[in-house]
Amino acid sequence: MGQILLNGIVKSYGKEVVVKNLDLTVETGEFLTILGPSGCGKTTTLRMIAGLEEPDQGMIKLDDKVVFSRNDGVVVPPEARHLGLIFQSYALWPHMTVAKNITLALKEQKISKSEIAQRLENALDMVQLTGYAERYPSELSGGQQQRVAVARLIALRPSILLMDEPLSNLDAKLRTEMRASLKRLHRDLGATTVYVTHDQIEALTLSDRIIIMNEGQIMQEGSPYDIYHHPANIFVAEFIGDPGINLFKGTISNGMLDCGAISISLPTTIANRGGNLIAGIRPEKIKVSETAKNGWQEVTTGILQPTGANTILEVKAEDIPITLLQTGFITLSEDTPLWIDFETDALSFFDTETQENLRNEVS
Amino acid sequence: MIKAPIGIGKPAFWSVQNISYQAYRLKTRPELIIGVLALCFLSFVVLVPLLQIIQDAFTFQSYDLSYEPDGVVGSFTLFHIDRVFNQPISTALFYKPLLNSLKMGFAVTAIALVVGFSLAWLMVRTNVHFKGVFGAMLVFPYMMPSWVMAIAWLSLFKNDRIGGSEGLLTYLTGIQAPDWVAYGIFPIVITLALHYYAYAYLLISGALATVDSELEEAGATSGMGKWKRIRVITMPLLMPAIGSAIVLTFIRILGTFGTPALLGLPVRFFTFSTQIYASINARNQGDAFVLALVLIVLAISFIWINSRIIGVRKSYVTMTGKGFRKSESDLGKMRWPITILVILFLCMTVALPLILLLWESLTLIPGNYSISNLTTYFWNGKGNINLAYGEPGIIHNKGILEALFNSIKLGFAAALFNGVLGLLVGYAVVRGRGARLSKWLEAIAFAPYIFPSIALGAIYIGMFSTNIGPVPALYGTFTILVLITVIKNLPFTSRTGIAAILQIHQSLEEAARVQGIGWFRRMFRIIIPLSMSGLVAGMLLTFITAMRELSLIILLISPGNMVLTGLIFSYQEMDMSQHSSAVTLMLVLLIIVISVIVRLITRSAGVGRLNVT
Repeated sequence: MGQILLNGIVKSYGKEVVVKNLDLTVETGEFLTILGPSGCGKTTTLRMIAGLEEPDQGMIKLDDKVVFSRNDGVVVPPEARHLGLIFQSYALWPHMTVAKNITLALKEQKISKSEIAQRLENALDMVQLTGYAERYPSELSGGQQQRVAVARLIALRPSILLMDEPLSNLDAKLRTEMRASLKRLHRDLGATTVYVTHDQIEALTLSDRIIIMNEGQIMQEGSPYDIYHHPANIFVAEFIGDPGINLFKGTISNGMLDCGAISISLPTTIANRGGNLIAGIRPEKIKVSETAKNGWQEVTTGILQPTGANTILEVKAEDIPITLLQTGFITLSEDTPLWIDFETDALSFFDTETQENLRNEVS
Repeated sequence: MIKAPIGIGKPAFWSVQNISYQAYRLKTRPELIIGVLALCFLSFVVLVPLLQIIQDAFTFQSYDLSYEPDGVVGSFTLFHIDRVFNQPISTALFYKPLLNSLKMGFAVTAIALVVGFSLAWLMVRTNVHFKGVFGAMLVFPYMMPSWVMAIAWLSLFKNDRIGGSEGLLTYLTGIQAPDWVAYGIFPIVITLALHYYAYAYLLISGALATVDSELEEAGATSGMGKWKRIRVITMPLLMPAIGSAIVLTFIRILGTFGTPALLGLPVRFFTFSTQIYASINARNQGDAFVLALVLIVLAISFIWINSRIIGVRKSYVTMTGKGFRKSESDLGKMRWPITILVILFLCMTVALPLILLLWESLTLIPGNYSISNLTTYFWNGKGNINLAYGEPGIIHNKGILEALFNSIKLGFAAALFNGVLGLLVGYAVVRGRGARLSKWLEAIAFAPYIFPSIALGAIYIGMFSTNIGPVPALYGTFTILVLITVIKNLPFTSRTGIAAILQIHQSLEEAARVQGIGWFRRMFRIIIPLSMSGLVAGMLLTFITAMRELSLIILLISPGNMVLTGLIFSYQEMDMSQHSSAVTLMLVLLIIVISVIVRLITRSAGVGRLNVT
């Protein structure tokens, strides 16, 4: 129960194509996150699954049942798709109490009164809002409203959960808390979940699998680990990771990538290509030393941003800016010389033209 | 990854799959069904009548036979056009009324705008005294028929030259008011301006109240003087409101009937509206249709010119809701004098007319305003053959009580239908945003705005005097009064409906949809409760307008569907000023009482206190 299948989905608003021929399968019980910048088509995709938008072309199946097919002329309205959706704005009905918000749809389904009461109690219990049944949404805090929206979903017991940036209206601290409880919710309900966000931390922390979208197309599909460590192209490499990945453009000569002030040693398979390419390395994969070491690159310190547990260092090798991430609370005065070295395994290489990761090409 | 080119695999338009798809689609999108139905209905009641009178204006009608016995009924002719524009009679029929209407329209609009603007500025931006009371009193004219002032004016200045009784001025001083004071353009402009300033006041004070004074303070910090700030910052922000005040007032003036009829007809001063009325009464409907069309063209071109000059842009929304502050400038020494000036103004526009009406209604012999001549006969008299053609006083007068009942019925029916229609149009327009259907629907719901009231009445005579398919001839029925009132008010109620639906975030309905709640339940459980406060306000407005309307329905009323306003007009025509005054007073009181009750009920029901997110 709960498989989602999208096949050849195209959606445009006027002349602007927002989803371009999208194929997607979500397995039963999986937690899938669609991640991308605003306007990439992720919310539209979610709304098409829910039935709130109609694709121009393609087919959507839920639990092996076709709910939309342009070619076969099938459209199942959202009312009949039986799935759960959490909105960015929570979409609580302001004129109804928490209890009414949760039970309105249950009453529609002709469920017995005792069962409804049971489910209400259960749902409020799960989101730790017991005793709030008679409150109005405006009398609750943002986090509590969010939990009511979750409780409304729990009471309906859908086999598919859709979440549209559910945490983006919360402040940073609450967001961390709610992230954990959403993960727990998914585990407890065992429902197939599609989660849409532009926040990479949410994507990396919650998902079994992430899909990165840009301009209506899937840029990369994979586990959080893969996406972070092996970005398929420069877009994904730059989009994921905070602080962002370091990219160096250079020319291959003598087995090395010559980027001006710095040069990077290349694996033979890549060195043999010749020409230009772009090397990428994440800030935490660069080793730092305060004393000169043989073969290490000398850089000068610029701005430091300690965040508590970590420190972000902006340094320069001559005129090439490099971002470093070190554990600990580092205090250094500006212009202090440092020496750095790249972890060779952590380097990614991208074609300058296609912007694709060369790893895919080689293997 | 190789992607298939977009556009492949789309079934042909007439294929079975596509038709089935479109059918499913319609089923899943109730706003489309509502939109299509509303569009059909509105086309039938707005566009078809318009086309009908255009057709009638250009074809030979049976009532034209008396002028041209050789004419073939139904054939194309420029007879009406020729008569209106190009004959000796055209001067009286068209050119003079045109000039009079334009003179009246510009003069009233200018005065009303200046008065309304000044009052709005005083109320919002200065520390004038008694703001609460003034605020309530200033919108009072809005609740009265526009011609109440005209009736009061006659009580005051009526002279002996026209015949009948004389006014209070003559009674007290013995001086006969000159004709130009008693009748014609001068009193028409004054009395209309003293009514229509309320529209400009409401629109401009609303806009002024939303101009964040931080915007002006930003100007001050960049070194602008007070007048420069007003000119460069405040005025441009007010322009849209001023623009709509001008358009609204001007079009209403073009279509207004009561005042020009009461104060103009006795001296044969004709405006477009009274000329249309006269032509219809003389059975020259063709002339009336051409005049009505010219009136509509006039209104449209005025809107167009106005929007070109003022450049009304919708993006000028300055409502922020956050960090919003108003600054009041100190009037200083002028605070009391200006307050007194406002009090005098209110006495003149609100208190004086009502007192005059009351007094008039209590005089036994018209024109004698002494205490000894006072009587309650016209309120509770049982009918006396020597007085006012034997018409009994209000509470014993079957005709008046029937008209009263009809007026209330009209008010409630119009409000109810307008509420429902406004909600449905708002729903279809907002939910269908971006689609052509939504644009068309919004445009057609707004179309009645450009039809001056009297012209719309003329259109409806043309359309509904015979049956059209299954729709019976509605002329002379109560239904046509409800229909025309609903249609005339639709631009406002559909705006209210659109605004009400817009403030309900789409996700509130979508949340219900995905939870399996059907359309009717969504409407009744979510949409209607959440849009109630806006709807009730809009419906109350329709109620008030319907109760006080005369210009719109004057051509359509007959003894069978008489309402209070029509009755007042006929009493006034027959020079039965006590009856007309008494009934007018009753009407005004009724409107006030009912609007107060509605406001109290909605307030106690808690409508409007909802925090809609």
